Amino acid sequence: MLPTTADFTTMSAEAETLTTPVPAVLAKVMPVTTPARPVLVHNQRNFHWITDKICGIVEGPTPFWWWCCLAVTAALASCVPVGLIYLVSTGIGVWGLRPPEFWGWDIVNFVFWVGIAHAGTMISSVLCLLRQKWRTAISRAAEATTIFGIMCAGIFPAFHVGRVWFAWWLFPVPNSQAVWPNFHSPLEWDVFAVNTYLTVSALFWYMGMVPDLATLRDRALSPVRKYAYGVLSLGWRNSTRHWQNFEMAYLVIAGMATSLVVSVSAIVSADFASSLQPGWHTAIFPPYFVAGAVFCGFAMVLALMIPMRALFGLHDVITQYHIDCVCKATMAIGSMVAYVYTMEFFIAWYGGNIYEVFTFINRAFGQYAWAYWIMVTCNVLSPQLFWFKGVRKRLWLVFIIALLINLGMWCERFVIIVTSLGNDFLPSSWGYFSPTVVDIFTFFGTLGMFGMLFLLFVRFLPMLPLSEVKHVLPQADPHFAEPGHVVTGSEGVPKGGGL
Amino acid sequence: MSKVYGIMAEFKGPHEIFVAAERLRDAGYRRWDTFTPFPVHGLDKAMGLRRSLVPIIVLMCGLAGFFGAIAMVWFMDSFDYPVVVGGKPYFSPIYPFPVMYECTILLATFGAFFGQFLLNGLPRLHHPVFNVEAFERVSDDAFFVVIEARDALYDEAKVRAQLAALGGYNITVVNQ
Repeated sequence: MLPTTADFTTMSAEAETLTTPVPAVLAKVMPVTTPARPVLVHNQRNFHWITDKICGIVEGPTPFWWWCCLAVTAALASCVPVGLIYLVSTGIGVWGLRPPEFWGWDIVNFVFWVGIAHAGTMISSVLCLLRQKWRTAISRAAEATTIFGIMCAGIFPAFHVGRVWFAWWLFPVPNSQAVWPNFHSPLEWDVFAVNTYLTVSALFWYMGMVPDLATLRDRALSPVRKYAYGVLSLGWRNSTRHWQNFEMAYLVIAGMATSLVVSVSAIVSADFASSLQPGWHTAIFPPYFVAGAVFCGFAMVLALMIPMRALFGLHDVITQYHIDCVCKATMAIGSMVAYVYTMEFFIAWYGGNIYEVFTFINRAFGQYAWAYWIMVTCNVLSPQLFWFKGVRKRLWLVFIIALLINLGMWCERFVIIVTSLGNDFLPSSWGYFSPTVVDIFTFFGTLGMFGMLFLLFVRFLPMLPLSEVKHVLPQADPHFAEPGHVVTGSEGVPKGGGL
Repeated sequence: MSKVYGIMAEFKGPHEIFVAAERLRDAGYRRWDTFTPFPVHGLDKAMGLRRSLVPIIVLMCGLAGFFGAIAMVWFMDSFDYPVVVGGKPYFSPIYPFPVMYECTILLATFGAFFGQFLLNGLPRLHHPVFNVEAFERVSDDAFFVVIEARDALYDEAKVRAQLAALGGYNITVVNQ
């Protein structure tokens, strides 16, 4: 006769109190021992502690460092409008764009920022579908980087068109010339990809935030806050009937966003791959760009997560385990990027096209060799340090590596774009791209803009998804308090307690 | 005196509200709801709720996006103002595929986002449950059950006793 569920319940209850030896039947049925899952929230925190901690960041007094950082980033961000006004009033040449380099820092920055955006989507959607519970603590901030990254990215192609007041011709709306956009062109695909990406990411971010905004509304003391968060939370009342639709919608949008992770950078890469330029016209570009995008995005998440964790004292919710996971993911994707670098060289040689062979040798030893070797050092060598636990534990080192990866990934886009254009088929038309002051200030301006938006985000919106972090606590399991329920990875949490 | 909306009881935690939901479902209540700070795993099934309708809306919107994009490109490139580009055909479902793909995702996401709020009846300015002061803690760490007065089995004394028997406390009447 098979043992009933009740038997198992009693058995495991007995095993737990250790008053009786392990029953003989266990040896026969050999229950699977699941490996202990890591603790996601340290110090046995309860639901209320999480609410207090995360909402406290928004509700508490503004820290002095926040004002200092905001002043610096806002000053830097002001370079963006100044640079753009100068560009519009003078001409696109102020960006150092001249033959043969018609794509310079602007397109480098565009691809760079779109790449930064990808980690947020990766963390909130792909890891959601893969049921990686550690994503909860960092998903909100990572999604914020997605939205701010796309906002910075969008500036460059919009102004690169030259006459920005005609940029709306990119959209399929009737205009006075009666001609429609050219859907054969990858540049038009880009318009759809990037705008869809921004819209979907913003909706996903906002929808996930509605329950947390309701928490802020319920805790608000001043009428202004209550009104503002009340409007933003749309009257959310935490009903299970609502949660059911919410979770389904969240899952579906996660699936949609997963298709965006693989499609947006792939479509951006089609801008290059569909041309005949040596070094661009390769089939490896779509997956290459996706891997590179996720790689630098993860590095950016690390670079933001480590200071935020320290400044707000979030050590209990963003644990060493979380940082380990992001480091390992960065290392895995970094290895893919390294593989692509090798494969590009191999295909150039194996393809037998002399222009292709020349382009790759020229990248490594030509006039832009400095950029190439920065790229290799930062993107291939530095993430390999994450194999070592000692490195992952030293957060200052992780922070520096993350910044190096971002530098390396910016150089990667520079190498791809500028070397291919600078030295193509005819030596008589070769050139060397030098950025202008406007280029430099506009790029650092977008860095300031990104930082400023992120600072505003941490001050006014819940930085961590409250309901999702509560959901991964061991006591959030409805079977937690049942006798005989084996809790893995939550040693010492009192049964049914901590509420 | 305002009209009664229902009876609210607080429960200690996810386990307690889960068990209570199963019992109340089996007792035959229809017009009732549970309120939790986060989605408690399996609570929708414990309440006997049917599967969410969001995926159907998403499918409709996604198909509309896909075929809408095909129709748009066909109309613009081959019907309204055909232009020869690189000697390629005026229309083919292949070259605008990225546009179709992105429009599918965009409209499907609209479907999920707006469909979810539509099904939930949100945004909404006010709801009777907010009349109970203790309900503010629902978004923090409190768990509530509300049985509405319009339920066929509603009987104030009986509901109170039942909620108390299931471990509910702070049992209050919610006014409209």
